[in-house]
Amino acid sequence: MTNPILELRDVSAEYGPFRALFGVSLTIEPGASLALLGANGAGKTTVARVASGLVSASSGSVFVDGVDMTTKRTYEFAQAGLAHAPEGRSVFATFTVEENLVLSFRRALGRRGVPAAVEEAYALFPRLGERRRQIAGTLSGGEQRMLSLARVLVEKPRLLIADELSLGLAPIVVDEVYETLSSIRGTGTALLIVEQHVHHALELCDEVALLDHGTISWRGPSAEATEAVVNHLFDSGDR
Amino acid sequence: MILASFGEDLIRAILQGTPPGTVYALIGLGFVLTYKTSGVFNLAFGAQAYISAAMFFKARQDWEWGIVPALILSVFVLAPAIGLILERLIFRNLRTASAVSKLVIAIGLSVALPALFEIVADYKPVAGRSPTGIVPNGSSVFYDPLGVYPFSRDELAQIAVAVLGMLLLGAIFRFTAAGLAMRAVVESPRMTELAGIPADRISALAWAISSMFAGMAGVLIAPRLPTLISTDFFTLVIVAMAAAALGRLVSLPRALIGGLGLGWFIAIFRTFLPRWSDDYTWLEPFEDNLAPSLPFVVLFGVLVFWPAIRRSIDATDPLSGVDPPPPALASSTRHPLLTMQTRAFGVAFFLLVGWLAFFRADGRWVFLLTQAVILSIIYLSITVITGFAGQISLCQGAFAAIGGFTVFQMADRYDMSVLLAALIGAFIAALVGALLSLPVLRLGGVWLAIATLAFAFFFDAVMVQASWVGGGGTALLSGTEVPRPVLGPIDFGASDRTFLALAIVVFIIVAIGVIQLREGTIGRTLRALRGSEVAAESIGISPARARIIAFAVSAFIAGLGGALLSMQQKNVNYSTNFSPVAALFWLVLVVSLSARTVEGAGQAGFAFALFGPLILEGSLLEWLPFLNEDNLPSFFPISAKWRFVLFGLTAIQFARHPEGMLEFGKRRATHKRNERYYARDAARAAAAELAQ
Repeated sequence: MTNPILELRDVSAEYGPFRALFGVSLTIEPGASLALLGANGAGKTTVARVASGLVSASSGSVFVDGVDMTTKRTYEFAQAGLAHAPEGRSVFATFTVEENLVLSFRRALGRRGVPAAVEEAYALFPRLGERRRQIAGTLSGGEQRMLSLARVLVEKPRLLIADELSLGLAPIVVDEVYETLSSIRGTGTALLIVEQHVHHALELCDEVALLDHGTISWRGPSAEATEAVVNHLFDSGDR
Repeated sequence: MILASFGEDLIRAILQGTPPGTVYALIGLGFVLTYKTSGVFNLAFGAQAYISAAMFFKARQDWEWGIVPALILSVFVLAPAIGLILERLIFRNLRTASAVSKLVIAIGLSVALPALFEIVADYKPVAGRSPTGIVPNGSSVFYDPLGVYPFSRDELAQIAVAVLGMLLLGAIFRFTAAGLAMRAVVESPRMTELAGIPADRISALAWAISSMFAGMAGVLIAPRLPTLISTDFFTLVIVAMAAAALGRLVSLPRALIGGLGLGWFIAIFRTFLPRWSDDYTWLEPFEDNLAPSLPFVVLFGVLVFWPAIRRSIDATDPLSGVDPPPPALASSTRHPLLTMQTRAFGVAFFLLVGWLAFFRADGRWVFLLTQAVILSIIYLSITVITGFAGQISLCQGAFAAIGGFTVFQMADRYDMSVLLAALIGAFIAALVGALLSLPVLRLGGVWLAIATLAFAFFFDAVMVQASWVGGGGTALLSGTEVPRPVLGPIDFGASDRTFLALAIVVFIIVAIGVIQLREGTIGRTLRALRGSEVAAESIGISPARARIIAFAVSAFIAGLGGALLSMQQKNVNYSTNFSPVAALFWLVLVVSLSARTVEGAGQAGFAFALFGPLILEGSLLEWLPFLNEDNLPSFFPISAKWRFVLFGLTAIQFARHPEGMLEFGKRRATHKRNERYYARDAARAAAAELAQ
């Protein structure tokens, strides 16, 4: 039996005095796809951060491929095949577009793999190809988002973690991103998607986990994630 | 004919300016290198350069090693080792700290490292023992290609290393993955790690390389100095900062050209400056001192008038939100009972110290206590500008000196009452502070600190020499004497104890003013600006107005304190009390203890004046019943340099505890006792409810 690519066991996490997660457990099998939904402040981003090693769990453990990674550094998560596109404009602002891509591809794909990967990124987002020499900090918000996503989409990691995937992107670009995601899912990449566009996420992912006040309140196949469940979730945020 | 001689003068000036220009370029390159690879505005660069130069010097002259082994030890072993230690122990933990906190730490290191090296390596600068370079007979063999200016071998070695260094480093950044990774770590270590690159290893590599370059620069520059002293290296770094600033801290070729250009500009300026002072004698002190101060003028000018610098705000880490925000002041969360206890203890402590000071202490201790109180007043100026406004000002020494010199001038020329003169001095300092803040405030952060430092050095080089400030020639003969004040029947000169009483009264008044400022509108505005300048502006707060006031108030307090210090010592004693480097240590002290509270300033004042005699000279132990002056442990007195080492290294804590070590300790203690008291309150309330 194969190990799950990612497993969180009873994970809690905190920022200084503020506790964000209370005993979250979830598993993602290789090639599977999970959409993480929840109201603002439910802890979605923190789950994504714990999954990629950006925030370390204050209790509980994190396994990648059956190996305990709880105390490991972020780069070791990345080297184990987890790629995380953080929310917002997560690019190196003083780098050119191309340098941003090269930095990541160089490690993941080796020196030889870089040119082809860069071209693939430009094919995916032609807008970036037009601006390859531009300083990334001067790109528009949507373009920076594309750059951040291009990195993880092209690398085809074993698990792709995307936080607030579609935020700031034009609807037509969102559609393209989702097409790409479903095609790389076919190549064996597992997905952990944090999304506000519930319908997109439900279409793409096999499974859904609902996060409420730092705990997982419901988990099941997307097909069963009825409107009622989703509504309950967003209502509970207003309590 | 005139044209031909003009051409020759110009060429000579350019050639003359090349060797010093190369020195600026070397430091500028090293500075840019460190900034690019570590994100640290490394004012300790001079300290690192100094250590390698001193090591090389010691190996060559004391141990009589050959050039190559001495070079290997000082530049290729010691320098990277120091870099690696600094990275591992200090900078690794604060990669995500703000540029300003890193600057404070670098200032702390620039105070601590040279002292530490001198203690450990038992090195002492001795006048007359000049350093030698890395080529045999470097200073005595000359080459004169154009027949206008002869270059020594040392100078040629400097030029070669500067150019090769720039090309090599440029190639590393341009063509290697490590170069790209180093830049990435500076911008966001977290995102670099997300790309699977070990940020720790990369930044260790960066520190090793940049420290090696610092060491190399130090060894190369040393032969230009008659005696190897650490402060000279610090000053050189400030001068070279203009070169680095022209490269906006990121461009190596621009730093090289900027450094050379600075050297050329100064030489050309000296060659072609007309002697107006032949006609206008009052200009003389300015013209005489203009040349040595030019680098600081250029630096200030570059910072203020080079628009690109204002735009080069540090790229913020997109993932900085992963860190929690800083905590509130301990005193703001105290349980009422605890507040009462703390106050009672404070009052009792001061009554005890006061009683000892006024009735038991001898003249020496009264003098030291008075100095401590006056320094506490000066340090309150740092509380205002750094603690409240969050700006690092490195010219508080100059403001204090303005107060001191005003008292000296007014008393010397007009026989004015010194207390009135002290107030006038404080107002002049406030005016200068407000005027200075106009151009520099737009800079903000690190550049503001450097601009104020440039001002401090300019004040040091030009203003202090002027007869209407520092007294000029007469001061050289008779010193800058300052009388003690007389107020009605009380003569503060007659007894040191009455003067101590005066100092305490002034401290209390200033402290109350500072607390009022913190709790009032200005204080709240400043706190809002520290939190988020954009957010504060969007609700209609003008950052400029609040900060100009903060600057002026801070300068006023410093001027007042400086005037008092001069009265206490009956002399301005500019170079010991107020020189730019001396004032750096003030900042380190205040910031490392607690910059946000009045107690912090007081504690820093006492630490400055009393740490040496009490701890290092062992007086505290002498007062124990079973010890006296004769049977102290043999390691007393401890070298006074430890003061710099200890407080310099405490500043390292600034990034983790920007509120200062004392404030941090206080918060922890407060937290514990608070919990106990609140738990008791809750239990009582519950019991009362049950009883009903």
